[in-house]
Amino acid sequence: MMNRPDDNQTTANTSELPLLDRRAFLKGGAAVATFTLAPGIILYTTAEARNIDERATDKVRWAMLIDSTLCEQGCSECVTACQDENGWGSNEIKSRPSQQAQWIRKVELKNSETGMLHSLPMMCQHCANPPCVDVCPTTASFKRADGIVLVDRHLCIGCRFCMMACPYKARSFVHETLTNQKSNAPRGKGCVEACTLCVHKLDAGDGTTACAQACSKGAILVGDLKDQNSELAKRVSKYATTQIRADLGLNTGVRYQGI
Amino acid sequence: MSLPTLHLLKGAHLLLLTLLLVSGGVAVAEGPSVPKALKGEQCVESVPNMRRNHMEYLKHHRVETMRYGVRTETYSLKKCLDCHVAPKAQNAAATDMHDTNSQHFCNNCHSYAGVKLDCFDCHAAQPDGQ
Repeated sequence: MMNRPDDNQTTANTSELPLLDRRAFLKGGAAVATFTLAPGIILYTTAEARNIDERATDKVRWAMLIDSTLCEQGCSECVTACQDENGWGSNEIKSRPSQQAQWIRKVELKNSETGMLHSLPMMCQHCANPPCVDVCPTTASFKRADGIVLVDRHLCIGCRFCMMACPYKARSFVHETLTNQKSNAPRGKGCVEACTLCVHKLDAGDGTTACAQACSKGAILVGDLKDQNSELAKRVSKYATTQIRADLGLNTGVRYQGI
Repeated sequence: MSLPTLHLLKGAHLLLLTLLLVSGGVAVAEGPSVPKALKGEQCVESVPNMRRNHMEYLKHHRVETMRYGVRTETYSLKKCLDCHVAPKAQNAAATDMHDTNSQHFCNNCHSYAGVKLDCFDCHAAQPDGQ
């Protein structure tokens, strides 16, 4: 172990010493530790390995890649899965449909010239420069260190500035008293809400979201944009991907492929 | 108002306060009928500490979880409910947060103390599971 050909310094220090003194031993040990740790460090920088008592860091940026060529028209598996996971869509009984929460929706696009049809899920794009955070008067709307944009309902006063600021129409306001919320997704009257990128699942180390798991076509991929070894980072570096309204310079965390 | 009148009023206030304290003492002796925890014998902190400081623990933890993604269980609301409140499958009535005789651990004491509790406007009032 001490005579690694690629570790010249350690070799030079120890080759003359058949019996290692304490200092050389520690030195060599440290070098080995660095070597054995090196692949490990890459692994541990992904949020999957973050301990539950550690804060989220900016070494990770959670992102989503949606392949619209795989996304099927008329299919809403992702929407249903999101509703089941986060408990929206069924317990707003007094609100008009236009008032009801939509954390994720399916959008159909048609190129009127060529007739080309696109179907894709639309939700909070988890911008790096989120306008909803800029306009929030109470800092309830915030971006977590790992890139997830959330609403802190403890601070939300329901002013809905963020709903007006969001170019993706991704946020909803809850108009009525709710019951039967999911324990992993608290939500209630008077607060704005949106896709959380299944933050409770990511924090638990699942590494994916309910919509991605539910999509039978595999059109949704969740991963760490900053981890070069993640499937998402590899695909983003290999294929042309699109940010919706890239002209706004928001640097969205949700990227689309094939539009 | 003259000075002697003020003194008299002060005296009356003191008497009233003493009376209130005495009658209050009787009510405290009765206390709320807080349901016993369903799981475990020992809370995460001593009982007097929890009675006085649970809101501080919860508030600190809520910031850590919401803002920084720290998901430890010790001081989480979810963990409180896990031990102190029956799951929906066992006792659906415990969700009624407007019932002042509620067997919901939090609501029971809070309605006795007259301290409005709005956690469960958004948070699930009962744990998941069986």
